Amino acid sequence: MVRVLINVPKQVKRGEPFDVKLLISHPMESGQRRDAMGQAIPRDIINRFVCSFNGEEVLRAELFPAIAANPFLSFVVAVQESGTLTMTFTDDHDTLQTETASIIVA
Amino acid sequence: MMLRLALAALLLMAAGEKRSGYEDASPETRAMQDDDASNPGFLWVQQGETLWHEPIGSASRSCADCHGDAPATMRGVAARYPLFDARLGRPVTLMQRIEQCRVERQGAAALAPENDALLGLAAYIGVQSRALPVQVATNGPVRPFYEAGKALFNEREGQLNLACAQCHDELAGQRLAGAIIPQGHPNGYPEYRLEWQGMGSLERRIRNCMVGVRAEPFAPGSLEMTELELYLGARANGLAVETPGVRP
Repeated sequence: MVRVLINVPKQVKRGEPFDVKLLISHPMESGQRRDAMGQAIPRDIINRFVCSFNGEEVLRAELFPAIAANPFLSFVVAVQESGTLTMTFTDDHDTLQTETASIIVA
Repeated sequence: MMLRLALAALLLMAAGEKRSGYEDASPETRAMQDDDASNPGFLWVQQGETLWHEPIGSASRSCADCHGDAPATMRGVAARYPLFDARLGRPVTLMQRIEQCRVERQGAAALAPENDALLGLAAYIGVQSRALPVQVATNGPVRPFYEAGKALFNEREGQLNLACAQCHDELAGQRLAGAIIPQGHPNGYPEYRLEWQGMGSLERRIRNCMVGVRAEPFAPGSLEMTELELYLGARANGLAVETPGVRP
């Protein structure tokens, strides 16, 4: 289980873009390093990220090595009605984690 | 113009102005610390908050069971550490105090140094003192330990034969290769270092410096380490607590 911090505005205006900020605790091991015994450390990064709003996909991202540990993702979304943002990411161990944030249109 | 600025900077330093390492960090690093949404230290703060409410140990007691609501009861606490423990007869750091509580009051096993849970709890307690001035006591029974810490700070050590004071008092503000030498104030610990790609304690940072001058680092939790932390804390008195700080 990865620790995640999600930051969205408490209330948004209809159709007006707002920032979604996401901090994920993850080692983002590049696969290029070796440990003290000279053994290669296997790659372990978050490789896919999908964000959807009320079931409709709004952002899909593929991630590659050379991203620092504990990545910070930020993107802009605009919505027409209140609902739930669902954010799903997968890492190289194929562990899937889903986080949600509710968005209230004022 | 540049010369005049440099001169002014030197004069300010001569006047003994305290300067947080934050001031010497790059604008990007400072922005990262300023925004709680982008400060990775808050991942540990979040973990600490969860642990605060979790009953553990043979007593099945959580931190909150005794200490209540941290934002109210822990405000200003971290700013006073390390402080003198009358029962032990020596100063203790915040992390040592957390361990003491775990073992004696909660009946749980001690955590390893630099353990994420320990860093998380320290960060959660530390963040409650954010923006308050550091106020580490130096008088009373703690005085001899403070003096011992001061002596350690001024003592040359390691194969490079350097004292902490030579860089962090005398040469602070100048450069070591590309990096500005900070005054070495511990007002943001536990802090997130980009170099570490993670959170770490003041002890870890001191060990870094000691290895850097090729000295044998003090053992984790040793009295020397605590004395040095005490002196560093008192040296930063008046600076605002920045926990969780972000540094390069």
